[in-house]
Amino acid sequence: MANLTLVQAINLALIQEMEDDDRVILLGQDIGINGGVFRVTEGLFQRFGADRVVDTPLAESGIIGTSIGLAMAGLRPVPEIQFEGFLGPAYDQLCSHAARMRVRTRGAFTVPLTLRVPCGGGIHAPELHSDSPEAIYAHQPGLKVVMPASPYDAKGLLISAIRDPDPVIFFEPKRIYRAFREEVPEDEYTIPLGKARIVTEGEEITMISWGASVIECMNAIEASGRSIELVDLRTIYPIDTETIVNSVKKTGRAVIVHEAPKTGGLGAEIASRIMEHCFLYLEAPIQRVAGFDTIMPYYKLEHEYLPDATRIGKAIEEITAY
Amino acid sequence: MPVKTVFKTSIEHISILDENGKFDEKLGKGLIPDKDLVKLYEHMVTCRHFDEVAFKLQRSGRMGTYPENRGQEATSLGAAYALRKTDWLVPCYRENAGLYWHGLPMEFVLLHWMGDERGNQIPDDVKMTPLAIPIGTQMLHATGLAWAAKYRGEDTIACTFFGDGASSEGDFHEAANFAANLDIPVIFFCQNNGWAISVPTKTQCSAPTLAQRGIAFGMDCIQIDGNDIFAVVKVVREAAERARKHKRPTFIEALTYRLGDHTTADDSRRYRDEAEVEVWIQRDPMIRLRKYMTDRKLWDDQKQKVAEENAKREVSATVKRAEEIADPEIKGFFDAMYAELPEELKRQRDTMRTSSIGQDPNQIESPLHAH
Ligand SMILES: Cc1ncc(C[n+]2csc(CCOP(=O)(O)OP(=O)(O)O)c2C)c(N)n1
Ligand SMILES: [Mg+2]
Repeated sequence: MANLTLVQAINLALIQEMEDDDRVILLGQDIGINGGVFRVTEGLFQRFGADRVVDTPLAESGIIGTSIGLAMAGLRPVPEIQFEGFLGPAYDQLCSHAARMRVRTRGAFTVPLTLRVPCGGGIHAPELHSDSPEAIYAHQPGLKVVMPASPYDAKGLLISAIRDPDPVIFFEPKRIYRAFREEVPEDEYTIPLGKARIVTEGEEITMISWGASVIECMNAIEASGRSIELVDLRTIYPIDTETIVNSVKKTGRAVIVHEAPKTGGLGAEIASRIMEHCFLYLEAPIQRVAGFDTIMPYYKLEHEYLPDATRIGKAIEEITAY
Repeated sequence: MPVKTVFKTSIEHISILDENGKFDEKLGKGLIPDKDLVKLYEHMVTCRHFDEVAFKLQRSGRMGTYPENRGQEATSLGAAYALRKTDWLVPCYRENAGLYWHGLPMEFVLLHWMGDERGNQIPDDVKMTPLAIPIGTQMLHATGLAWAAKYRGEDTIACTFFGDGASSEGDFHEAANFAANLDIPVIFFCQNNGWAISVPTKTQCSAPTLAQRGIAFGMDCIQIDGNDIFAVVKVVREAAERARKHKRPTFIEALTYRLGDHTTADDSRRYRDEAEVEVWIQRDPMIRLRKYMTDRKLWDDQKQKVAEENAKREVSATVKRAEEIADPEIKGFFDAMYAELPEELKRQRDTMRTSSIGQDPNQIESPLHAH
């Protein structure tokens, strides 16, 4: 066991998967000798060489489009897009091609790629370096979407993603890249995609979140002094409906917290699932605490935008009092 | 003859004031009047000082990430000087010198990097677009801006700046193709500074020049010494003429170098050789210009001292304006979203809430009080 940050846990997972399986190759911008702008791929170029850790031309559509070809040929490419704000040029390749290849060829071709991409705000970054676009990709049938909230989960989920036979977007919440450390086993292990984690058990409220917001939820829960069950989704698509439903049946109250804009966000989907399965168990309207329906403001105001422990705390109070 | 050559070409490289301060009279004579040359140099002194101060602001926690411009001043400045105030500058983020020359108040760039959208609120009479963070996207906008001018029958043109890295994005190729095939009066000004963060230009282009990319689109193209303001002025003037008169685009590849890190978040020692930097320090656009002006008796140490003092005064006033601006209004990031704000967004703004109960104060009150 080593005490690792999220960055180090991902780095370790990449090393181990590359050592085990020479079909795994990395491609992206500045991931080679520079080790990635967040140093996630630190040391990998030196260790695995320029054929397996490839600095590409500066073109996101190119990175994902060629990854699709690499994957169709049986490799396990792990492309990196430097920031979520630059997924735009890659969108067409992801949604029009990676997501559809299996179904449109009825399985003759598959695309087992794992796209790593840092996401989310809170680090005082420039424009288009702080967005939370996970709902866009969860809405695209054919993609799986993962977002870890801890170093331990990051390693296990990334290994599962790389081994998964379908395209996975692995969002890395950059705000917690180095925010805390956690014991991470040296040996390889997997955490199944599509399985949520109960972070804390509780009786009064179910709180559902993912990524960096999980930490804000933990702070809000502690400050509230209430018995709250916190569910970290871990995988955003497919959603672990069962874990959510079992918890809400027990507590009768649900608060969903996410950084992405409210309208059309994953909170809406989760709330609908709760309504579908737990209508008669609910004691209060489901609460969403989310980003506003605005463009993420530049960093002077980003903390006004991000759902923090105070805003989550208000939702806790209101749903309890209802 | 079954095999014949259907097309042959070559790429010209232009240098007028070389790195040793040697001046090509034939190409350079009359290009920039002495009086203007002095002003351009003084402007560079100010911009260089601005750059140093901006770097320190970041290091001392008074500003976010900042991309140093140091070493690249001649490109955008020469272009802005060669263009009209009514022409569009469509920048990336290493063109401070050209933007200020074109009329952008200097504090705008600081505000931008201080995480404040007011730094993008370009005054109406300054024809430029905001800094472009997503790489390689703005060349299409430049093409549209120039297209609009042509549509209206104006002789306004656009000049867009981008890096060697940006030339790999699909959007660049689409912009070049539109401009060439629809006869759009736009200048594609590529600043090849050798690096896209840690990735060398050869990863973006394995042809001997970036300039020759223009050929594939059927547009005029040329390579210049980008640290030579004379060469910049000469080719931009010619490109502007071609655009204004014939509505034809031009691709310019300017060879330059960023002497600093990519941004304050970067550490270039991880990927590039100090020796390479040393070579380019000698090729600094300001060193050669100062030497040339000194040789011509247009400049001396006393003038340098005065220019540096003026720069200090101007930059410190700029920093003051940027730092003393009132905090941005929180409702600003809502109100600017649409010409008319949807009801839901007004509610989010007025309550600063998205939660299902708390967003509607009536809903909180009745049930809360009922219990
Ligand atoms: C679409 C997009 N992809 C990636 C990035 C991250 N990034 C910022 S600057 C940069 C390199 C740009 O290189 P170049 O175009 O040569 O310009 P330079 O910084 O050298 O002036 C990269 C990859 C970005 N901002 N936008
Ligand atoms: Mg460059």
